[in-house]
Amino acid sequence: MLAYIIRRFFILIPTLLGVTLIVFMMLRLTPGDPAELMLGERATEKALHEVRENLGLNEPLYVQYGMFMKRLMKGDLGETIFTRQKVWVEIKHRFPATMELSLCALFISCFVGVILGIISATRQYSVFDYLSMLAALTGVSMPVFWLGLVLMLIFSVNLGWLPISGRLSIMTNLDVITNFYVLDSILTQNWGALKDSIWHLIMPAVTLSTIPTAIIARMTRSSMLEVLRQDYIKTAKAKGLSKFKVVYKHALRNALIPVVTTIGLQFGVLLCGAILTETIFAWPGVGKWMYEAVMKRDYMVIQGGTLIIATIFIVINLAVDLLYAVINPKISVK
Amino acid sequence: MKRIGTLLVIFMFLFSGGVFAAPKSGGTLVFGRGGDSVGLDPAYETDGNSFMICDNVFEALVAYADESTAIEPGLAESWDIATDGKTYTFHLRKGVTFHDGTAFDANAVVFSIGRMMKQRNVKFFGQGYEIPEQARTPEYWVSMEMDETVDSIEAVDAHTVVFHLKRVEAPFLANMGMDFADIISPTAFIKNPKEFLRQPVGTGPFRFVQWVKDDRIVLEKFDNYWDKTGGPYLDKVIFRAIPENSVRFLELKTGNINICQFPNPADIPMARSDKNLQLFSQPGMNVGYLSFNHTKEPWKSNVHLRRAIAHAINRKAIVDNIYQGLGQVAKNPIPPTMWGYNEDVPGFTYDPDLAKAELVKAGFPKGEGLGEITLWSMPVPRPYNPEGLKVGVAMISDLSKVGISAQIVSYDWGTYLKKQRGQPENMDLFQLGWTGDNGDPDNFLAVLFDGMASPSIRTQWHNQQYHDLMIKGKTTIDQTERSNIYKESLQVIFDEVGTIPIAHSTVIWPATVNIMNFKLHPTASVRMKNVWMK
Repeated sequence: MLAYIIRRFFILIPTLLGVTLIVFMMLRLTPGDPAELMLGERATEKALHEVRENLGLNEPLYVQYGMFMKRLMKGDLGETIFTRQKVWVEIKHRFPATMELSLCALFISCFVGVILGIISATRQYSVFDYLSMLAALTGVSMPVFWLGLVLMLIFSVNLGWLPISGRLSIMTNLDVITNFYVLDSILTQNWGALKDSIWHLIMPAVTLSTIPTAIIARMTRSSMLEVLRQDYIKTAKAKGLSKFKVVYKHALRNALIPVVTTIGLQFGVLLCGAILTETIFAWPGVGKWMYEAVMKRDYMVIQGGTLIIATIFIVINLAVDLLYAVINPKISVK
Repeated sequence: MKRIGTLLVIFMFLFSGGVFAAPKSGGTLVFGRGGDSVGLDPAYETDGNSFMICDNVFEALVAYADESTAIEPGLAESWDIATDGKTYTFHLRKGVTFHDGTAFDANAVVFSIGRMMKQRNVKFFGQGYEIPEQARTPEYWVSMEMDETVDSIEAVDAHTVVFHLKRVEAPFLANMGMDFADIISPTAFIKNPKEFLRQPVGTGPFRFVQWVKDDRIVLEKFDNYWDKTGGPYLDKVIFRAIPENSVRFLELKTGNINICQFPNPADIPMARSDKNLQLFSQPGMNVGYLSFNHTKEPWKSNVHLRRAIAHAINRKAIVDNIYQGLGQVAKNPIPPTMWGYNEDVPGFTYDPDLAKAELVKAGFPKGEGLGEITLWSMPVPRPYNPEGLKVGVAMISDLSKVGISAQIVSYDWGTYLKKQRGQPENMDLFQLGWTGDNGDPDNFLAVLFDGMASPSIRTQWHNQQYHDLMIKGKTTIDQTERSNIYKESLQVIFDEVGTIPIAHSTVIWPATVNIMNFKLHPTASVRMKNVWMK
């Protein structure tokens, strides 16, 4: 097991090197440069040259890449072009916000998705099955943007139950330790801030969870249906086991393997793909930050951010592979 | 009896919080804006969201008036300009302190401005400061060509600074009121030059307290502010970044924010009918224009063709439908609020028949022989043009009505700017615009249209008479005289159709009714000094 993990970590290095090279080349091949966007209408050749010189963009590409790699070897992701801050520091500020939102959305998706999937599978072709799958289809096809605004209008503007946007109310004070506001509220025993941060989380998390919930529900349903047709399930039923035991003890465990893979992938997607949700709910996370960096061609942010996200993606995949063995002991990792 | 009645009405008006209500101290104002600041060191920033904070934390030697760009004393109480127009002596205000408790003096001015100079030709009074190396290019200083203007800066005594210029530059004083010329605390900067942009220290009415990235910036009233005659009245000002326009407006409607920057035009009627909201409005100091590729024929020398295009385009329809009324048709390529504006210029009327007649004079009757021309249109909304592509589509439809066939060309914003500057062969007409920096007509007319001054002028219109007027305008100190020069140049640009001004956009921001004395500034700066809450 340990050898397997170590081997996977060694594969990580060439993968990430590949990522850096591809991202670097793609960025430089994309038209438009940061100096031009920084100066806008007032850009003159002279001013552009000075800004590019200052940012090191006048160097040949291989020199720029070499400089990036040299810094990377020292664990330095460089400095952002626009905010002149260490990329790592910028990520550290924003990543907890995205993580908090993604974890919350993932929790909702897993809970609702798996339960919906199981019930649909066990009551195939029932009204509930049709309704839940219709809901799942709606969830996948619903524009996040529209859903977010509708939720805001209902729960914030009309009912006044939930805050519209942001992570914390203006009047709430919180001593930030980890930047995970829920965790920080607990650590500092600030119960007012805990309630406030959870209240702020609900709508963006629900909005963000719709698509993964739908995907997980459909995956659970089809996987369960397949397992429920297996002979050993018939045996279990013939033995006189209760329906609950047959479904949850015998079928679910086997049916979960593809579901866990889906969940793992969805988590990765949530972590880097919450751009729309973060924008609508003014959630200061990584997705929106990366998107803005792409629009402004902040090469350093995109390079550093992609590297971090790629690493997380690979680690999540590894964790999913390891989970297989936990769920089904017949699978061993070598 | 009648007199008592009148007195009663006045009395009731005063107590109902009318216009004469005295400003009240206290309260927290939450300002909702579209994005976060990039940095807070005025010398190095280029974006409005950063300057918005700098406007309240820092001050410059001179300031712009509340609702115009008329120059008023700022940190300098007064100034003298030598008769040769090349020496400016600023007499500084006494008793001003920075937010870190250090005193503002002439050396702080030399330090703040001197750090942007390429050749640091500066002289401190007594013990000065070691100015750290520039970490990056001070973009505004460079693009306003200040290195070509300022020769040296000298602190003569603790409260007098002299600027020696290399050339006579009439807009110099106006430039000194811009954000990049703000005065910073040298002590705070030297302590940690790399972090100053995140820990700004100035002399302004509000001091910086906290920055939660992509979320909020908190400013607090500076109790030792030098000007005791007015504000600051607010205890705190919080700038919240809420990127989505509709969400920002919802936050305003529910009272979570007090002022909503850049609402969707569709939300404005809703704000107007809401009794809890009020609207602040100000004609923006900008212009959106359509220009020609003056580096190639037939545009270069065929004034009739240029005029035909000008009369073929229905600019009023564009303003009504695409600007959704938040703008006004432009007569001159400078905004009407600016001095030097020429009221006598008639402006281009929408007249397809006249356009057709001009096409005949141009040698292209019904557009024949012109082929399919290209009309470059911006891919992104700009302050002077909400939807460049839609405006482009409206224009080609207008042009087709007089027989000119045109197609839209667009690229991503960075590429658009870059390619446009090169005046490529496949560019016939192009849209662009400008937002003024300092309220000086030179900042529009020379920077945008005097192609003879530099190859980097975007319109590359070469007209000797216009060029001479621009030089005269720059080197004349007397404002009345300058105003006449610019009026004359506006007539030239109209007669020669150097460009077609399209529109000036109007800025409208809704706010809660309890916000008093907030004034939108033409330069788009957001100043909270005299704002108070009912």
